[in-house]
Amino acid sequence: MKFVIGLHINPAVLDALTDEEKAAIGEGHAAFLRAVKESGELILTQALVDPSQAAVVRVRDGRPVVTDGPFLEAKEYLGGFYLIDCEDKARAVELAAQIPDTAIEGLGVEVRQVMFSDGQLEA
Amino acid sequence: MSQSEPAVEDLLRDLTPQVLGALVRRYGRFEGCEDAVQEAVLAAAVQWPAEGVPDHPRGWLTAVAHRRLIDQIRSDHARREREWTSADQALPPPDVPDTDDTLLLLFLCCHPTLTAASATALTLRAVGGLTTAEIARAFLVPEATMAARISRAKQRIKAAGSSFTPPEGAEREERLRIVLHVLYLIFNEGYTASSGAELHRSDLAAEAIRLTRMVHAQLPGDGEVTGLLALTLLTHSRRRARTTPAGDLIPLAEQDRTLWDGELIGEGLELVKASLAAPALGPYQLQAAIAATHAAAATASETDWNQVHALYLILERIAPNPMVTLNRAIALAEIAGPETGLELLSALAADERMAGHHRLLSVRAHLRELAGDRAAAHDDYRRAAKATASIAEQRYLERRARRVKV
Repeated sequence: MKFVIGLHINPAVLDALTDEEKAAIGEGHAAFLRAVKESGELILTQALVDPSQAAVVRVRDGRPVVTDGPFLEAKEYLGGFYLIDCEDKARAVELAAQIPDTAIEGLGVEVRQVMFSDGQLEA
Repeated sequence: MSQSEPAVEDLLRDLTPQVLGALVRRYGRFEGCEDAVQEAVLAAAVQWPAEGVPDHPRGWLTAVAHRRLIDQIRSDHARREREWTSADQALPPPDVPDTDDTLLLLFLCCHPTLTAASATALTLRAVGGLTTAEIARAFLVPEATMAARISRAKQRIKAAGSSFTPPEGAEREERLRIVLHVLYLIFNEGYTASSGAELHRSDLAAEAIRLTRMVHAQLPGDGEVTGLLALTLLTHSRRRARTTPAGDLIPLAEQDRTLWDGELIGEGLELVKASLAAPALGPYQLQAAIAATHAAAATASETDWNQVHALYLILERIAPNPMVTLNRAIALAEIAGPETGLELLSALAADERMAGHHRLLSVRAHLRELAGDRAAAHDDYRRAAKATASIAEQRYLERRARRVKV
């Protein structure tokens, strides 16, 4: 079963961390990545740029209208995700619990099953 | 002699476990032998369609795999010792295997330290003769992910001190149970694939049947092995009837039964009869008997629901599981009315594994629809549609919801 483990982050929470805490998060993600690669459960992971760099695209009267910035003004936003293929939801939750963000108040780690996939990853 | 690629593929899949078995018998080290055989299979898949199948294909594969294995052992030892300089001249194992090692290989691949997903992948490669790329494609994951999974599985088996000696007594029974479960999962993975983009996954159902036949050939007297083979054949017989050309699901009651595969049904029914003669009944035998009851009905209205219900009742006793109770509720509703079925469901809803489960919601929707409670049925169909992770099922449930809308 495929799951996205979404990482919802809050810049204010991250800024308040000490350098050591930030480094520990980085190491925690690196260790997690190694583990799921070796177990054959990782499909891919992507981290996203700051939402200030996002562009929201609308088409009105047949013309694109582009607004810089995120769609939703919120304290938390999607910072990145892991796409994994594992046994069942219980295993996905077990894996998510190894992500360092789960131990930090104000950061959200969300597990959701994939319903449809297409593209190069399938081949 | 030139042969078509599908014929070569079939031949390679048949020969894989024989060649692997012969190597493991001689050298132990399952993980190294398995790599060597996979390399030989890949080489054959390239050479044979172009240059023709050799006169002794098994001997060819064994010789190539043997050479790869020796190379690998030699490089393992090269830095430390030279002991292999003479021993590596050993001849490959004989071309004519005196025993069928399929079952022993399955026992290794379905080692209890592995997750079902890992055992499934390894079984398809080591016993099914599929390449890593083919398995990755069937499970819709990148090849690198599947390669890592298989390699980890083999490391685990090695760490567990694997040997080619079959487990005995209760351990053997338990291992056979895992083997059957893995084969069942492979079948299901292929069977539940329905939409156009996933059509190639139906090959997995055929592959599971082929592997189950191999086990059955070695253990023809085992009721559960026979039961699983019968269950997969009877289920597979409905494959042409269970979806519309557009990929929409058609429930059992509405399937065009003339599309069912009569040959598979005939074979399945014979096997069910044979399996029920076994001294003890297991879950696959009972599920096969239920499938046989459906297969025996020319139309949905001729279904012997009393028999279906009685079989679910026994299944519930020997292998209690909320999904079984759920299915029994459908049969119960057919013989005693939807309200009686709904009563059974209300007891199930208290089970935390089932509360909010899309199968419970969709069955309840169906029974509420039969009972004439259209508003409640609509609500349940909608909730079930939200809860499922299958797009085909979601479309079906939304269609039902629209149909009962008041």
